[in-house]
Amino acid sequence: MAASLISISLGAILINNFIFSQFLGICPFLGCSGKVDTAVGMGIAVTFVMGLASAICYVVNIILVAYGLEYMATIAFILVIAGLVQFVEMFLKKTIPALYTALGIFLPLITTNCAVLGVVLLNVQNNYNFIESFVYGITGGLGFMLAIVLFATVRERVEFAEYPKSFEGFPIALVTAGLLSLAFMGFSGMKIFG
Amino acid sequence: MKIGEQFKEGLITNNPVLIQNIGLCSTMAITTTFFNGIGMGISVLIILTCCNVVISALRKSIPNDIRIAVFVVVIAGFVTIVDLLLKAYVPALSKSLGVFIPLIVVNCIIIGRAEAFCQHEPVFPSFIDGIAQGLGYTLTLVAMCLVRELLGNGTFGTGVFDLSEKGLRIVFDGSGSGIRLFDSAFGATIVLMPVGGFITLGCLFALTNYLVNKAKEKAGKTDAGVCACQITNEEAAK
Repeated sequence: MAASLISISLGAILINNFIFSQFLGICPFLGCSGKVDTAVGMGIAVTFVMGLASAICYVVNIILVAYGLEYMATIAFILVIAGLVQFVEMFLKKTIPALYTALGIFLPLITTNCAVLGVVLLNVQNNYNFIESFVYGITGGLGFMLAIVLFATVRERVEFAEYPKSFEGFPIALVTAGLLSLAFMGFSGMKIFG
Repeated sequence: MKIGEQFKEGLITNNPVLIQNIGLCSTMAITTTFFNGIGMGISVLIILTCCNVVISALRKSIPNDIRIAVFVVVIAGFVTIVDLLLKAYVPALSKSLGVFIPLIVVNCIIIGRAEAFCQHEPVFPSFIDGIAQGLGYTLTLVAMCLVRELLGNGTFGTGVFDLSEKGLRIVFDGSGSGIRLFDSAFGATIVLMPVGGFITLGCLFALTNYLVNKAKEKAGKTDAGVCACQITNEEAAK
């Protein structure tokens, strides 16, 4: 059990990183990586939502399967996620208003972050049990956070670099992300515990 | 708004991927073969058009506070329909796109168009908008696929075109081997990896920027005052 959990965690953080090898959650990754502080805040919020969504959707999926309603899975999951994000939004507004303002429009947009719905769907696809789903959600979120924080630090330096005018903004950001993804490719193919 | 103008907007001047920069996840993730690109593009086109029509028809009865939730439910409904149809009739596509078909629910293009266009406009313009924006998305995907496939594998149109002794055929089940332009041993496999996705899209964006800047310069020569005013407005907005 412990071995499979460790292999799931390392897989989600490094080997199959949500951003760099599965392309899930690119919008907030590009939109919220201007400053390291915002990136950390976004990472924590996404990790929280991903962990909770994995746990709750596991239960929801059991109910759906029991009633033979598997085809409703996508609709049910997205509603659970939308509710959770609303909850996180209210929570942050009350407790950490500074972070709430910094995240701005990207906070409600966590609902439409493909990483969150993606992790839930992958849990079902991989037949993970409750604990495995939860761990995959949390570590997937941590992998997202690692990616976005690394990217934000690099991006702060890129601002001072010289590059062709056409590459300003999104293009140079994508090329930078590509190079980071190249670095993460070094982990691919690694097998832990067989 | 004129129909022609809407198409011009969807395909060029307001292309969802290249100009609005939305829907990037799928653009990078699935564009490894022509078959994937065109399949994903058409699926999104159908879902986008249906959602646009339904949301636009319901626009007066959707309460403003919960509109996002309503949009998401409508979108999820259509995505489920398309997902099940693909599983039944084009299993090869469903298998190769995998989790990215249900993930169309959270594709920003659909929710973005609902928010920006359909909740204010009548049904017919929304219908045209869905087709135009969907085509714009499909074309971008196809462009990405053609570049990545050619550089990475040396083929053209894998999955859709099939070149054998019998001649050129068009197949729709993803079994086509494509038209080989050079041996796959000379292909740069890295272009088909995630790295290639990021960098190809980056270059495509840079090309778009270059063309937009060129167009602005050209406009500047004839009407410098207006253009300069636009640029300062944009800078102020930033």
